[in-house]
Order: sequence, then structure tokens, then C-alpha cells
Amino acid sequence: MTVSYTVIVFVKQVPDTQNISGEAMTPQGTVNRAALPAIFNPEDLNALELALQLKDRYNARVIVGTMGPPNAAEVLRNALYRGADEAFLLTDRAFAGADTLATSYALSCAAKKYGKFDLILCGRQAIDGDTAQVGPQLAEKLALPQICYIEDVVKLEPGKIRAKRAIDGGYEVLEAPTPCLLTVIDSNIPRPQNAMRIMKYKKAKTKSEVIKGNSEYTDAERLAEVEKRLAEKGLLIHEWSAEDVGADKGRIGFAGSPTKVKEVMSVILTATDSKKVEPTEQGITDLMHELITDHTLG
Amino acid sequence: MENYFLDNKDLQFTLNHLDLNEAVTLREQNYKYAKDYDHAPTDFADALDSYRRVVSVIGEICGENIESRSREVDEAGPHFENNKVTYHPLTQMNLGDLTKAGVMGVMLPYQHGGLNYPVSIYTMMTEMVSRSDASLQNLFGLQDIAETIAEFGSEGQKAAYLPGFATGEFDGSMDLTEPDSGSDLQSVRLRAHQDPKTGQWYLNGMKRFITNGCSKVHLVLARSEDGTSDGRGLSMFICEACPQLVVRRIEDKLGIHGVATCELQYNNVPAQLCGQRRRGLTRYVMSLMNGARIAISAQALGIAEASFRLARKYASEREQFKKSIDQFPPIYEMLASMKTRVTAARALLYEATRAVDLRTVYTHMTDRLPADQLTQEIRDKQKYYNKLAALLTPMSKALSTEIANSVAYDCIQIHGGTGYMKDFNAERYYRDARITNIYEGTTQLQVVASIGGVMQRDGGKRIKELMSLGYEGKLLRLKDKIAAMLEKHLKAIAAIAERKDSTYHDLMARYLVENETFIYVGMLLLRDAKADADREAIVERYILDAEPEFAKNLLKINSGDLTLIDNHRDVIDY
Repeated sequence: MTVSYTVIVFVKQVPDTQNISGEAMTPQGTVNRAALPAIFNPEDLNALELALQLKDRYNARVIVGTMGPPNAAEVLRNALYRGADEAFLLTDRAFAGADTLATSYALSCAAKKYGKFDLILCGRQAIDGDTAQVGPQLAEKLALPQICYIEDVVKLEPGKIRAKRAIDGGYEVLEAPTPCLLTVIDSNIPRPQNAMRIMKYKKAKTKSEVIKGNSEYTDAERLAEVEKRLAEKGLLIHEWSAEDVGADKGRIGFAGSPTKVKEVMSVILTATDSKKVEPTEQGITDLMHELITDHTLG
Repeated sequence: MENYFLDNKDLQFTLNHLDLNEAVTLREQNYKYAKDYDHAPTDFADALDSYRRVVSVIGEICGENIESRSREVDEAGPHFENNKVTYHPLTQMNLGDLTKAGVMGVMLPYQHGGLNYPVSIYTMMTEMVSRSDASLQNLFGLQDIAETIAEFGSEGQKAAYLPGFATGEFDGSMDLTEPDSGSDLQSVRLRAHQDPKTGQWYLNGMKRFITNGCSKVHLVLARSEDGTSDGRGLSMFICEACPQLVVRRIEDKLGIHGVATCELQYNNVPAQLCGQRRRGLTRYVMSLMNGARIAISAQALGIAEASFRLARKYASEREQFKKSIDQFPPIYEMLASMKTRVTAARALLYEATRAVDLRTVYTHMTDRLPADQLTQEIRDKQKYYNKLAALLTPMSKALSTEIANSVAYDCIQIHGGTGYMKDFNAERYYRDARITNIYEGTTQLQVVASIGGVMQRDGGKRIKELMSLGYEGKLLRLKDKIAAMLEKHLKAIAAIAERKDSTYHDLMARYLVENETFIYVGMLLLRDAKADADREAIVERYILDAEPEFAKNLLKINSGDLTLIDNHRDVIDY
């Protein structure tokens, strides 16, 4: 069977907000990264699983990409352990401090750099920012059709996809021309990491990791040789800088981010006494009146 | 995120300290496979790193997925209709997870799609699977069947079956027991006959209590030699599920509900001979059973681990008389003893798997090396590890499975009335544990299998080795206690040997094996405490608890009391 489709999955390494091993916030009100282990964003795992199902069904080639610090290569290896074929890491100090606008622009540059593809899959949203904006913005920047809240792909054929999208109380089936972008919800069980793939792909490295692992590789010729050897075995994780993907410096990172954090508050929710509302017309009317008076409603 | 590897300090300690370097280096043929297989390790550190990662992935599957499905699997079990077994959908999901994780052919060679892992690492997986769902281990733990084909099958059989086992496409069963042949497998009657014209073998007869007897690939022990009635007339066969092989019924069991235990009828089932004729029981089944005994020892350990943890948690949360019950001496005594027993079982199990791993590599070398490369040293090591593994396998199975029962028992006790109810897993652990000291040879048979090695001092050299590691302070005082026990033990053994009374010998065998176990495990735990001072309290507990038990056994052994032998009928028949 020949490879018929190319699917790019964009994933994100996020702090684990579910398993907090210490104080989640620093006294300054910023996120305490040390207390929050870095994990694979959960819905990105669902997106990867959907892509891998397309690999099982249609022999699609699955490419996984992320933007992040050099250690974000770890989520890419994790994706390789589960079945991804190829990976790229977008990393550059210039990308730091990006909001969703700058992030989606950077990812769009990476997708263009990668080349031809049929589908881009993203998790619906990340558990750290909870914006659900990057996927849709990325589609806009690439001028692709998009379907969000995808549960499953019904059918993929050349130039066309039919997918199930979750809506209130059910789902609808939509068709779109490809290439297009889908954002995926928590609708499947991500497959586990595979033993044989772990044994192989734990040796997958980015260029920076190759250099870090051995100082003699700073010799450019020697480095190119090592990279070539890794690439032949599928063990080279592409590492792209802003320049590599041809990104406009003014549109990435902090400079390209119109969103500015004005204030971070550590909100401590305190419980108060409950209030009993009589299940009568009068009780409901009193409650409505109260809610309107204190501007909870209206 | 529950992870049954990362939450288990003792298991992690075991992986880090179990010295597998020699076994792995030989198994990987000095890491030559790395040239041909991207996933093969390049050195021991690489191999160990992979083991740790993969065992951790399985730990997560067990802790997160399998555990959450175990209660429902236990309640419903497999479905049987029209001679067809269908596993519970959640059992199928469990197998799907393990298949996707690529651990259905853990020990198989690379060329057949396996991971070429030592049994020590496979055992860590089976232990964790059992902790989450003991019945699932009866399916996951059937990898010894593929391993047996890998060891003794023809090249054609290996090529036909092993890749399917490695991907999880094939499952297997070992069809040994018959209605009239349980512990006594030499009396197996299922008949194998050969068509004189075509040379095709056919099987006719019955098998009973066959775990996963609804499998695709069966290894069958059958009588191939007309006119024989002992073990030397038996051969091993491979056959596949087919209309002539009928699953007549599945058993309604006390525990391990998730797996089907089948009664099989063979109506002229076409089969292939596996290995040589007449060696079915003496060589192949004994090898298969030894592998299975390790797996059951691990299954029991998994149940014991789960029981201990449940009891510890309950005792810390349950308040009576205004404090948590784990603050009362009788309760913390039980908890400390449970933990000590679990740790002891684990120490002996992985000592056994290490010996098995070394035996495997040295046996391969003696079988396969050309004569000019086969040195005396290799031959000696093969003999040594063969004896050590033959001693430790039944010793470990006896210890772990009895401990699983006692720890599951104490777990219910700590829960009180609550533990007797089906609301908690305590009662399931108790039911599941109960089979472990019965199948693959009862504890009584494990004693028979290990007493020879105890009398011949097959573990003596290893115990001496452990004693000479150099201990200080408390550990030295504890070691001296073990040394004193060993001295008495050796005298008792010599006295039994001198008596030349086989009945008395058989009667005392259990106590002798128990005392050997106290000494051996005591030394293993001392070695571990030397490596990690946090383990001192555990070895102290073990040896101080063992001392009076040892003395009690010794009293019996040295008593020379023949009254039971002479008068047991008068007691039983009154």
C-alpha cells in the first residue's frame, strides 16, 4: 500500500494542571513550573490518536510538530513512541512569549515549510491557556477550511473529508475539501506508547540534542554526518528556527503578541453558607428579583 | 495518573539493583543485534533504560486502564454459548491495550518480532498486570507458550506461529491436565496417532481445567507411544482451533473470573509434533511448567501487593475509638508483617528469574556453540544455574503463592466486616489468590520439586556469596543470626540424610524448604539493605520474625517423631 495522505498534528507540551506536586503559583502570582511536570496536552493526544487511526485506515503518514523550548522534543518523542512517522520542533528564543496570534502565525510558517499535506489536526485546546484559538487561527492563516470539535473521521478520500463534529446533544457530519484543519475533542482513547518504538525512538534527537550530547559535533561537517545517519534511520527530529521557517520577526514571540497580561490574580474561592430557596412561585420570584438587583442577571 | 511501576519503590529498587548485566549481555550476544534492529540495545545501560521505560508504560496501563475495569470483569466474566467463548468486552480492551503497547512477545527473539527481554523484565510486567486484574495475567502470562515453541519447535513452526504471538494476533493454551491426570501428568491418556500413509498426527481424548482453552494455538501433551503408561510415552503437539476441537464447557470458579477455564474434547484433531517424540513431559512440559511457575509466582505477588496496599489505605482512613486503626498494635503488626512478606516474596522471585535468565543464556550456549568455543567454564555455569533455577523456581512459587493467600486473608481481616462484602476488592483478592498455590503444581508439589536442591545444597554457594558481601552494625548482627540459623539448618539436613527414612524425609521436606527459604531470603534482604539503608527496618523485621518460625520448624525436623507416620489413620478415621 502506498502512502496516500499526509497528516500534520500540532501538539503542545503543557504543565500538568491535574497532578500538582507543590504550590501551583509562585508568591508573585506566576505559574510555578517546577511544581507542574510537563506533559502532553491531553486533547492533542486525542488529535494524535485520530491521526494514527487514519494511518491504520488509509496508511496516512503522520507528522507531529510543536513549538516550544528545546526540551519540548520530549512530547515529539512521546508521539513517535505512539506511532508518528516524523517530527519537527519549532524552537527559537524569538518565539518566546507568544500569544495565540503569534503562535498560530509561527505554526503556519512551519506548516508551509513542511510542504504538501492533506490535513492538519490540533487538539481543541490546551489545558494551560484554555483558549481554543490556535487551531482556528492557524486555519485562517493558511486559508484552509476548518471543522472544530471533531469526534471522528467518517471518510477520507482524495480531496475530500467527511467528519463527525460534536454539537449540543449529538453530532453532525460535515464534509470539507482537503487540505483542511480539524480540531479534535476528547473523543477517543489514545493508544499507549509501544515498546518496540520506545526502544527505537528514544534515540531520536534534534540537532541541539546531538550537539549537547557530544561536544565534538560542533565541527559542522561531523555534525552533518551524524544528522544524516540519524535521518536515515528516521531518528532525526527536525529543528527549525524562526529564520528556518521564514517567519517575520515582527509577527512572532512577544513582539508579535498584542495580548498583554495586565494582572495575574491568585483567586482563592471561599465557600459561604448555602441559601435555601422555597420551591414556590414566590420563592422563585424573590430569587429572580435578588439576582437582578445585584446584577448577577441582566 | 496511577502508575504501578512508579508508585512501587520496591519494584523500582529491584529493577535498579537486579544485576542482569551478564544475562542481558549474553542474551543480546554482546549487543550484536543492534546492527540489524533499530530497537535492539547497544549496551547494558541502553537495555536497562529501555526496560525502565517500557515497564513504566505497562505500569501506567495497569494502574490507569486495567484496574478501572477489573471489578466489572470479575462480576461478569467471559460469555459461553454454542461452544464458543467470548471474553468480556473490557478484557478485550485490556488485551488491546497490551497488544498496542507491543508487549505480547516480550521474550521472543528479534527475528520473530519479539523484544528479546529476559524473563526478569517480563515478570515485572506480569506482576503489575496481576495487581490490577489477576485474571488478565492468565492471558498475558501465556507467553511461555510462544517461548516454548521458540525453544523446541522446528524452524517452520517458529516461522508459522511466533510472529503471530508477537503481534498479539495469536493466543495460546497449554493443554496438560485431564480428568484423571492432575498432579500426576505421567498418566496422561489423550491419544496421538499417526496416519501411516501421510504421517499426519491426530489427537483424540479429553482435557480439563484448560486456561484459555478457547485459544487459537494449543500445546498439547499426548500419549504418542502405544503400550506405554508413563511419562516417557508422552510427546508434545501443536494444534490449532478447529471444528474437531470442541470446547465442551467452561468452569464456574471461585476466582480469576475474567479468564475462561475450559473442558476440551479432541475428535481427531490434526496436529504437529513439537520437538522430539517421548520428550513431551520430561523435557518440554517441565520447561513450560517452570516458566509458568515463575508467572504464577508473579501473579501471586501482584495480588499480595494489591491486598497490602488496600489494607494499608483502609487502616489509615478507618477511625475507631477516635483514631485511625493503623495506630493500634495488632493492626500495625499485621500491616508490617504483610509488607515484609510481600518484600520477601519479591526478593526471592527476582532472585529466581535472574537464575532462570542465566540458565537460559548458558543453555543456549551449550546447545548451540561449536565444540571449539564451548569451554568448561560455560558448561560449569550452565550446570550451576540450571540447578539454582531448578531450586529457586519452586521455592519462589511456594513462597509467593502462600504469601498471597495470607496477605489477602489479613487484608480482609483489617477491613473487618466491610472486607467480607463485595463493595471492596479485598474479597476478590482473597478469591483470586486461592488458586495460585494450586495450579501449575500445588505448594506440596513445589516442596517435592525443591527438596532435592535443598538437600544437595544447590543454593549453598549463592548463600555464601551473599554472606561474604561485608556487613556492619545492625546488618552484621542480623547476618550473624542468619549464620547461626544456617549452621543448625545444615546439621538438620545432614541428620535427615543420615536417617535414610524416605517417609520421614518426605514429611519433613516442607519444614526443610521453609527453613532454607528463611535463610536465603534473609540474605537477599540483607544485601538489599546494604545497598539502601532505608530498607534496614524491613530486613530486621524479616529476620526477627523468621527466627522463631525457623526454630519451630527445626524442632519438628530434629524431633524424630514418628507418631504421625504410625498413627495418622487412627486420627483421620476416628
